[in-house]
Amino acid sequence: MATVMLDLKRLGDVRAPAGFADRVLAQVGMADSYAVFETVLGPVYVAWNRLGVSAAMRSKSRAEFEEWFRKEVGRQLVRVDPPVDLAAKIEDQLEGKRRMQFDLRGLTPFSQAVLRKTLEIPRGQVRPYGWIAREIGHPAAVRAVGTALANNPIPYFIPCHRVVRTDGAIGNYGGGGPEAKRNILMLEGVQLKRLQDLAHAGFRYEGVRTTKVFCFPTCYHGRTAKEQNIVLFHDEAEARAAGFRPCKHCRPAAVA
Amino acid sequence: MEGTDRFFERMVIDHQNRIFALGFALTGNRHDAEEVAQDTFLRAYRALCTYPPDRVRELKQKAWLHQIAVNVVRNRVRGVHPKVVELNGSEPARGSGPEEDVMRKLEIDELAARVAGLPPRYREAVVLRHVQELSYAEVADALEQPVGTVKANVHRGLKLLRGENDGDGDA
Repeated sequence: MATVMLDLKRLGDVRAPAGFADRVLAQVGMADSYAVFETVLGPVYVAWNRLGVSAAMRSKSRAEFEEWFRKEVGRQLVRVDPPVDLAAKIEDQLEGKRRMQFDLRGLTPFSQAVLRKTLEIPRGQVRPYGWIAREIGHPAAVRAVGTALANNPIPYFIPCHRVVRTDGAIGNYGGGGPEAKRNILMLEGVQLKRLQDLAHAGFRYEGVRTTKVFCFPTCYHGRTAKEQNIVLFHDEAEARAAGFRPCKHCRPAAVA
Repeated sequence: MEGTDRFFERMVIDHQNRIFALGFALTGNRHDAEEVAQDTFLRAYRALCTYPPDRVRELKQKAWLHQIAVNVVRNRVRGVHPKVVELNGSEPARGSGPEEDVMRKLEIDELAARVAGLPPRYREAVVLRHVQELSYAEVADALEQPVGTVKANVHRGLKLLRGENDGDGDA
């Protein structure tokens, strides 16, 4: 009797395996899982939890990513093997096919609004910082939009590279500097050279004579027009004076 | 929400070993034990999120988690009998891990498998009373059974473990 009970007591001394608590916290969304994924942009560290992808960075090492994540997001981080379904989603997202779920908790409501709006910019197109500011209802907060985008914890997936300066300069990029931004935009099929030539000449919009609609130069609807039907405008007033209305898709100006 | 998260984190750290050991004794292997323990904490978290703050404060965490874990095991093994591993005359295990320096890992695993081989009502009673060392009253609470029933089940379970299968079984 006594030995059986003593043995049973020892059974109660078994300890949970290493990392158990972290895995539990990860499952309820209090810690995030992360893995390295091979993408068109090269290896990218991606962190996620049950709400969606929470961070992405092209870090040089695990240690660098973990340190950056703890500083920026402030949750625990657990390394796991890359799940196959997430790898497929990542590939699709970067090809512009699917919308991933994102976890933006911890960001200010303003930053969240900026990033959600940025998600609406289609692949192959760009918008000015001021466009985001106006669309989220803070038309004067252009600089704050720049800051929110610079601190985007999920670059590439939330395409902050598609937001550029009105003067044609590419603008800075948290995901690897202006050079990286240029490369990603080229990869997505943006005609950067043309865009910058237009900007330097002071043209911000292009209109199509046949439809009397004006767009941002990268808007899909503008690009399908014949060359001889395209008119360039310096600003909204000029376009409206010529009898043009803003495009309902790229919304270069508030639709009155 | 923030408060619940911190409370839960504390609870996982405080009780992870106890709940893992419970899962281990009830299922007889480490893989299932981890599943049971994870599932237990997951259910606990979902419940905590719906509880008002004073209910969370007054919670008897240990008894509560044991009750959840017992239910997790009951639900998952319904109809499935745990495999009993025969390890008679097995070779002595080399390099005992830091976790069990008193008994070697194989012996522990064998014991867990033997306990897991008991009929469920004896197994639950024996494990909660003698592995987890709850009081009879706490066991009765966790299993939602009268104390007398628990005592009888513990007694019979221990008898079975000692190999005294004749006499006053539940026949």
